[in-house]
Amino acid sequence: MSYSLQTLVPLPVMLPLFAAGLTLALWRFPRAQRIISVTTLVLMVLAAVGLLVAADDGPLVVNVGGWSAPVGINLVADRLSALMLVVSSVMLLAVLLYSLGQGIADGDEAAPVAIYHPTYLVLAAGVSNAFLSGDLFNLYVGFEVLLAASYVLLTLGGTGERIRAGAIYVVVGLVSSVVFLVAIALTYAAAGTVNLAQLAERMPDIEPSTRLILELLLLLAFGIKAAIFPLSAWLPDSYPTAPAPVTAVFAGLLTKVGVYAIIRTQTLLFPDGRVDTVLLVLALLTMIVGILGAVAQNDIKRLLSFTLVSHIGYMVFGIALATEAGMSAAIFYVVHHITVQTTLFLVVGLVERRGGSTSLDRLGGLARAAPGLAILFFVPAMNLAGIPPLSGFLGKVGLLEEGARQGTPLVWVLVVGSVVTSLLTLYAIVKAWNKAFWQTPPADLPPVRLPRAMVGPTTALVVLGVGITVVAGPLYSYSERAAATLMDGTSYVDAVFPGGALRGEGESDEGKKVDGSIDGDDAEPEEEPTTAPGSIVSPEPGDPRTPEPTSARTSVGSSTGTDDTGPGGAE
Amino acid sequence: MTPSLAIVLAIGVLFATGVYLLLERSLTRVLIGFILIGNGANLLFLVAGGRAGGAPIVGLTPVGEMSDPLVQAMVLTAIVITLGLTAFVLAMAYRSWQLHGHDEVQDDLEDRRVARIAATNEPAYDDSDAADNTSLDDEASTVRDETSRLGEDDRRHRDGKDHPKDHGTQPGRSGTTSGGDPS
Repeated sequence: MSYSLQTLVPLPVMLPLFAAGLTLALWRFPRAQRIISVTTLVLMVLAAVGLLVAADDGPLVVNVGGWSAPVGINLVADRLSALMLVVSSVMLLAVLLYSLGQGIADGDEAAPVAIYHPTYLVLAAGVSNAFLSGDLFNLYVGFEVLLAASYVLLTLGGTGERIRAGAIYVVVGLVSSVVFLVAIALTYAAAGTVNLAQLAERMPDIEPSTRLILELLLLLAFGIKAAIFPLSAWLPDSYPTAPAPVTAVFAGLLTKVGVYAIIRTQTLLFPDGRVDTVLLVLALLTMIVGILGAVAQNDIKRLLSFTLVSHIGYMVFGIALATEAGMSAAIFYVVHHITVQTTLFLVVGLVERRGGSTSLDRLGGLARAAPGLAILFFVPAMNLAGIPPLSGFLGKVGLLEEGARQGTPLVWVLVVGSVVTSLLTLYAIVKAWNKAFWQTPPADLPPVRLPRAMVGPTTALVVLGVGITVVAGPLYSYSERAAATLMDGTSYVDAVFPGGALRGEGESDEGKKVDGSIDGDDAEPEEEPTTAPGSIVSPEPGDPRTPEPTSARTSVGSSTGTDDTGPGGAE
Repeated sequence: MTPSLAIVLAIGVLFATGVYLLLERSLTRVLIGFILIGNGANLLFLVAGGRAGGAPIVGLTPVGEMSDPLVQAMVLTAIVITLGLTAFVLAMAYRSWQLHGHDEVQDDLEDRRVARIAATNEPAYDDSDAADNTSLDDEASTVRDETSRLGEDDRRHRDGKDHPKDHGTQPGRSGTTSGGDPS
């Protein structure tokens, strides 16, 4: 085969999945595991950066296994996917280095470490797969891969507290998966396809009330994962119990995968914006309720978990504005928030080490005892609160500007709400700062030196967070271009089906031979929904289907199956 | 096309019983509920695939009478995923039983704190000048957990094993609250 830019697209999924198997096989050799994991994630960062540059010239599409798009699974790397991939792979790498530092400092406890690397890599593969997937069912598989890995990481070690929190997390995860699965089944029943690009073409023909049901079901499934207000109760209780690096990577990435899925489906499948009002109200509630929870907290990890929920509201706000400017602010905010939230949880891991606790009543005097740590906390904390000129401020300004421009009463309420949320975030953060860093220490601090291998990655992330502010101009214009691609409604579909073809580029020779009959097969379900609203669309008994495209479908389906058994086995 | 009534009824029954079981406390019952709903969703896929037909691909049936193979592939994937998750939840339920003697999904810490504050009718904020600065964990452990058999059961576990960083390394702090530290 020939290598081109397209070769980069599957790498962020393939590399960690392959390395996961390798690290599992080498569980007896922790050093080899470490080398493999770090190398893989470095390569993943490089591949993602390559994609970021390449995708700026238009979306890259890969038809997996050579089966062309509507029947085969395709991976699509457009600007949004590439941007998310870069940020998440950098976070994954930094958190891995941090956890290696922690492992070295604590002396490897044999049991959890052996499974840690494979699971972590499977998580990375799942996240990448979710970002790249051009197929609704493959998106589900990506979600399941990352959720299964997250179940294992959250309950690592199986202590009582983690099992208690893990039980809630897992049950919520299972329910959201089932909701997603049902949504996919209904989508297939209504549209006869699960390919996102083809769905985008067929959705307008589906009867509006059926379409609304599909939209709400998908939003429900993604909303649980993204922790949007009424569905967010699971998050602040489950995340803080995990080990610090795991919490950091969950907080940074998992909810954002949900946000990404919402952005993708809202822009591609449901551009008519019928639920925007609902989303606006939910965004407001998420912001306010989340931040009030944070204000009431007395444990720094829980406090940060609540700010995490609260700031998801900003992203939903941007999505609900449903304009290019709103969407680009939301995308920029996602990038900013992934970085800052991950950094803060890593810093809190250091605080816990230095001060011996995460309870704000037991901490104190850290500013004098560990001034470096104080700086590491202060910078991302101010960034989270949106103090100018840091990137949090820029993202919020983008949202507020667009909100003020639209100027409907509800949007003005949102604008006020997000300013209030921002101030309350500052209040919560300052409270944490005062208690942990300035108050007289309740007891003598334990004489702990922070291991350099843990401080290093944290510092790097803090610098990166500031760096986002420095490169905010190019980054913001990139997210504007990403939003433009999302909102025009054609570039994604055109990339998958070049030149308005009914099939993507691929090597399904059988398909080309019987081109005529495929046209008939593909065109038919488009008409059907309009004539029989909400009915099940499937080939009629007399439909002249050829065995060839059928066989294409199945091969692809079974490749999904093998895709899935990989992580299942690794788990 | 019209879906088979038997399948639709089966889906309804599976979802109804599944949701009922999901609302239970015991993790094992929740798991059974999840499996039932999962199977209901799989049947839903079969309905989505349209009319029943002969085996696809192998060429035994004429093209017009084949069933849709794509839904079958998706169902197969979903079954594999359900299987893996079932194994994991079973392991978790067993671990919970090992640790606590039951496998029940326990109350959220926050719920317990809210319950305590509601019971004593206290203000919900912390007074930093007050003498007893208890942590959330300590507070929560003093409240009756619906799932714990003995009142002290929870506290014992928490102090004993669960917070090696918090308590294990500094036994002096875990039991006694550090009294009176006006900030």
